[in-house]
Amino acid sequence: MSTGTLTEGSAPGGPHAGLAVHLPDDLKVTQWRVVRSEWLKFWSLRSSYITLAAMVLSMVAFGVLFSAVTANRWPVLPAAARLRFDATDTSLRGFELAQLIVGVLGVLIVTGEYSTGMIRATMSAAPTRLPVIWAKIAVFGVVTYVVGTVTAFVSFFVGQALLSSQHIQTTLSAAGVLRAVLGVGLYLTVVGLLGVALGWIIRSTAGGIATLFGLLLVLPALGEALPDSWSQHIVPYLPSDAGQSVTTVHPDPGSLAPWTGFGWFCVYALVGFVLAVVLVRRRDA
Amino acid sequence: MIQARGVTKRYGDKTAVDDLTFTVRPGVVTGFLGPNGAGKSTTMRMILGLDSPTSGEVTVNGKRYAQHSAPLHEVGALLEAKAVHTGRSAYNHLLALALTTGIPRRRVDKVIDLVGLRDVARRRVGGFSLGMGQRLGVAAALLGDPSTLVLDEPVNGLDPEGILWIRNLLRALAAEGRTVFVSSHLMSEMALTAEHLVVIGRGRLIADVSVREFTDRASSAVVRVRTPEDGRLRDLLVGADVSVTSVEPGVLEVVGLTSEAIGRIACDQAVPLVELTPVQASLEAAFMELTQDAVEFRVDTDGGERGVERSAA
Repeated sequence: MSTGTLTEGSAPGGPHAGLAVHLPDDLKVTQWRVVRSEWLKFWSLRSSYITLAAMVLSMVAFGVLFSAVTANRWPVLPAAARLRFDATDTSLRGFELAQLIVGVLGVLIVTGEYSTGMIRATMSAAPTRLPVIWAKIAVFGVVTYVVGTVTAFVSFFVGQALLSSQHIQTTLSAAGVLRAVLGVGLYLTVVGLLGVALGWIIRSTAGGIATLFGLLLVLPALGEALPDSWSQHIVPYLPSDAGQSVTTVHPDPGSLAPWTGFGWFCVYALVGFVLAVVLVRRRDA
Repeated sequence: MIQARGVTKRYGDKTAVDDLTFTVRPGVVTGFLGPNGAGKSTTMRMILGLDSPTSGEVTVNGKRYAQHSAPLHEVGALLEAKAVHTGRSAYNHLLALALTTGIPRRRVDKVIDLVGLRDVARRRVGGFSLGMGQRLGVAAALLGDPSTLVLDEPVNGLDPEGILWIRNLLRALAAEGRTVFVSSHLMSEMALTAEHLVVIGRGRLIADVSVREFTDRASSAVVRVRTPEDGRLRDLLVGADVSVTSVEPGVLEVVGLTSEAIGRIACDQAVPLVELTPVQASLEAAFMELTQDAVEFRVDTDGGERGVERSAA
């Protein structure tokens, strides 16, 4: 159907005559251009919107659910339960599910390229490869941080509004509350980036998701099974335990201090990316 | 210009490409020919830096692919399998590639028009037919206005119209002075498209010649002769450099004499001829003959199993 249009609008004969017409002189791969490319790639897939929407909805919905149920049952709640109650935690609890969704999305933005073959086009366009890793970190990091933080605030405010019917709400100015709300956004961001790192390392969607869930959910369960004298030295350092210490106003006595724990969690993600960089450079695409 | 120098690629103890050296020059379509599993795709992936050679080096325009500051402008590639995320539209796929190198949007529109995908450019690639997928691959290859094109089995899955389109496109690109390197396992397709051939078998270079030379070299210049007096003619023709085989009663195949010489001898000796035909080896036959040599060569170097392999082949 297009036969013969190749040299359309060009002087015949000269080299590159047919196609050179529209190209500027500064063709060059730069880090910023790769970031723009990855930004478009992220927002041009329906799955990105669906997954982000699922993350937002699940977090807000569970915040609403827990807050409403607690407010409803408050008059009949035993004293011990009232003592354990934490208004911030109750409204933010939905992040337990949201973290899995954002982690899956992180794995998918890499493994989706491997499973479809897109990775070969990506690596042909940016054959030094590392700019692609940095660009995916930048794009996904910014997106999850913004969405995660906004969602945390929405969950918090909606939750507090529901709890206020029993006058058991808290405010951002109370000690540790603002840190916990911001901490949820940060925690979700690093979970997502951990998923991205695992995607680069493992390259298969199923394997990446299984490993991520193993790290976040199975390790703590295994840690609890250890004798107490061991587990108290191990469990606080496990990825999800360490990372989640920043998301709660009153951390358990045994867990790490909020920012220390979050620091450990970032170190795990960093180790993941070091491994990813080494493997991506060495492996055939 | 693509140059491969002593390129070897091993996966574990399997050697996919074995000490390959060849040059692909601009201005003509160069066919990359070999049976399935000969190492064509591996070689093309090494040209693009997707796989790195175990030893040796491949350069494009004097540099390794990854060393170019705008690789899409140097080499456009269509790889065998679709290298496209099925959830993205054709337009966004091309735009994402274009953005990495600073290629403007209007260029994306241009290549979409060029391959005839305008009507479906906003649709998700997952729903594309094989032919539409190939057209998208060609669009991606042309995106950066590359001086070199590397196309792995571009006619696979195309309908006759698509095949004709690719064939004309490749010739036009070469005529513009570009380097065009096209792999295929279909000799007949290469006979129509390519002027030069790089032939490999089992990862080794078999030939790096023009299409004409290739057929000439492989053709043993067989002449078929049909005559009622085949016994007598055979005795007259057979000599030191001439072999005569009897295909069926009344039909001889002569190697080592031109049809002219055979006709003259038959005339002098009053042998009636019913048919006298020089059999031109097709590219297909030439290819079979040459790759078979490669197989035998391999068996020789392995030693010992020669008889077994031969009877199997």
